[in-house]
This record gives sequence, C-alpha cells and structure tokens, in this order.
Amino acid sequence: MQKLNNMGLNKDQIAQRIAQELRDGWYVNLGIGIPTLVANHIPEGINIEFQSENGILGMGPFPVEGEEDADLINAGKQTITAMPGASFFSSATSFAMIRGQHVQLTVLGAMEVSDGGDIANWKIPGKMVKGMGGAMDLVASAENIIVAMQHTNRRGESKLLSACSLPLTGVACVKKVVTDLAVLEIDPDRGFVLLERAPGVSVEEIREKTAGRLVVQGDVPEMKL
Amino acid sequence: MTVMFGGFGLCGIPENSIAAIRDKGTTGITCISNNAGVDDFGLGLLLQTRQIKKMIASYVGENDEFERQMLSGELEVDLVPQGTLAERCRAAGAGIPAFFTPAGYGTEVAEGKEVRIFNGKPHILEHAFDAPFAFVKAWKGDKAGNLIFKGTARNFNPMMAMAGKITVAEVEELVEVGELAPNDIHVPGIFVQRIFQGTDYQKRIEQRTVRAKAE
Repeated sequence: MQKLNNMGLNKDQIAQRIAQELRDGWYVNLGIGIPTLVANHIPEGINIEFQSENGILGMGPFPVEGEEDADLINAGKQTITAMPGASFFSSATSFAMIRGQHVQLTVLGAMEVSDGGDIANWKIPGKMVKGMGGAMDLVASAENIIVAMQHTNRRGESKLLSACSLPLTGVACVKKVVTDLAVLEIDPDRGFVLLERAPGVSVEEIREKTAGRLVVQGDVPEMKL
Repeated sequence: MTVMFGGFGLCGIPENSIAAIRDKGTTGITCISNNAGVDDFGLGLLLQTRQIKKMIASYVGENDEFERQMLSGELEVDLVPQGTLAERCRAAGAGIPAFFTPAGYGTEVAEGKEVRIFNGKPHILEHAFDAPFAFVKAWKGDKAGNLIFKGTARNFNPMMAMAGKITVAEVEELVEVGELAPNDIHVPGIFVQRIFQGTDYQKRIEQRTVRAKAE
C-alpha cells in the first residue's frame, strides 16, 4: 500500500491545540517535552497558574541570561522564574495539591495510550529505566489528563493501542489525547472517539494509524489553530 | 545503614555532608533521595566510590554511572513514585506508620501491596520510611535548628528533616537564636539535631534554560 502523506502538526502546534483546552483560573501541571510548550500558547484573556511538582505554584518563563538561579528550577530541572503571586512549598505539599485534586489539568507525554485510558510512559524493560518521577501520582489523581504525543512511534507503529505493551504508569486515567494527527477523547466503553483531524489529515489515515478501537461519528472537523 | 538526603536534582542538596561522607568512607549505605545526582556531583560522588548499596528514588535519569551499576546488579534500586516518596518521608516524621494512596495502582509499583477501595477508587498501602539519619540543606538556620529555605530548594528537605532520627542540617548562613523571625521558619528546630554552616557551595545547574532579553 502506498504510504500516506503525513501532513500532521509539529510539536508546537500540538501544544497550541492543547492550550485551547485551558480555562481561566485553572491550576495546571505540565510535563516535560511537548507539554512544556503549552505555556507559550495561553489564549488571550485567560489567567493560568502553572504548578511544578518539585514545589512551585506560579511558575514563570525561563530567566533572561545572567539571571538564572540554581535555587529556582522546575521538575525538569530547568532554570525558571516565579510570577507575581507565586509560592514555594515542599514536595509533600506539592503532591497534596495533586492527590487532593486541587490542580485542574495535567498535560503529559506518553509512549503508549490504550483505548481504555491506560498510559505507559516511564519504562522500557531492558532499555530505559530512569524512574517514574511524579508521573504515577499525577495520573492516579488528576481530574483531567491530556496526553500530548506523536500518533506513531519512530518505527511508524501506532501509539494508540487496545492495550499498552509497556509497563503501565496508570490505569483508566487519560481523558483526551492530542497527537500530530488528531484530537481524540477516551470513552472507556467505546474507545478513542475522534473529535478533530489535523489540517490536511484524512479520517482514513487516522484510522490506519490507530491500533486501538476508533469511533468516528459523522463529519470530523479539522482543528482550528 | 539507611540515610536520607534532601534535594531535587542538584537543587537543595546537602553538598558539604555528601563530601564529608565520601571522605569518611562509610560503605553499604541505603540512600533515600528523590534523585541520584549526576556522575561527578551530588550522590554521584558516593556512587563513584561504591559507598551506596541501595538507592530508593523516584527518578535517576541523569547519571550514567548509576545506570551502569544498576544494570550490572552492583546496585539495588527501588523506584518509588515521587509523591509517595515525599509522603513516606512525611509519614515517618509524623508518626503515621502507613497510608493509602492511589499512585501506582494497577502498575508494577503495586505488586504485593494491599489494595483497598475508598470512595469507589482503588488505593495501595504504602509504609513510612525508617531512617536513622537525614542530611538536609537549608538557606538559613539558627543554632536552635530552625530552618528557612530559598525557592524550590525546599523540595524534600522539610519531610526528611522530620523523618530522620538524627537530622543533620547544613545551611548557607547560620545565625544566633533570635535572629530569625518565628513567622519565617519553614522547619521548626525540633526536627533538627545537628546544624552547621557549609562552605564553598557549588549549586550546580543541571539544565540552564534562558530566554532572549526583551528589547
């Protein structure tokens, strides 16, 4: 079969699409990678406070050169700044916020997501064992979890599966997935419900690259970026 | 011997205490620390000298020597979700022997652990740590052991200070009793058994990220 041309989103556009999900006044935790880019696309007129699980609420942008402070980093160990109104706290308090569902949205990356909402993103047996960090706490407790990832891996295999093959980070927790090709909602009873297509990407291509159950209802609109 | 070390990445780590333990040559240490330092700094120094027998941490991705020792079986490793790690420290200091958390349910972290349903949601039983020693780092402290942290260098330090039967705090600035305002104290001195002013803080940055200066 002829290889379908991938017209999908780049990483920054995935972040831009996820930013449309933000609502005024939310506290949001962003994971490492594409999720971090979401902070660059907050819609006009919306006020968001970013939480980083090592212990800051009100995380600001990277510092300008020369103003880096070793005592002010995010969970990715990157130098950051604190916004007006920010606060610092211990990691126990930080995870109390997370477990206690005081944080409205968690955005994180994944290696695999299942059509029942399971997520795998911390370990490849025999290859990569870096640890789960805060990911297991975040996915077990967050009310709303959006996964930002590529639709397929480097070998072209689908990352949206009927069941994860890698060790799980959490079960039945992911609510939405935004990939380079599509926005999908997870309905544990039915599977990945296709909500939007990336500009120029066909339903057929999404169907071909989604290994888990895919639900297509009526005309699927293109994303607006 | 089980020893706790405060810090997140290289932020807020007890640099002086780690160097002193390296120089003392204590071996067979079980470390409880969120991370394992980098190859040539932080707890990486004690990995180089093979003083660490076992590592209990949530994320160890920045250290090649760690990975080598773990894959070769020289180093025992217990990976714990970060929030569970923090709470197991806090619980130890607060007299709570165990608690239920949803983190890790349905994953390999839950293997062999009791599961109970609360409010319709499964939780797993996690136990408090038991640590004879904790080494923490603060920004300022007084001779009564009261501690104040700066920025995100607070991280695991307060709970580990609470958890250690003997907690050794190193501070950048040690002042006389009465010089710190009671309102400003993050960790009350009751949780700190030894305190000293450290020297030559390197405060290394792992990921130096900056933005362009606005015009």
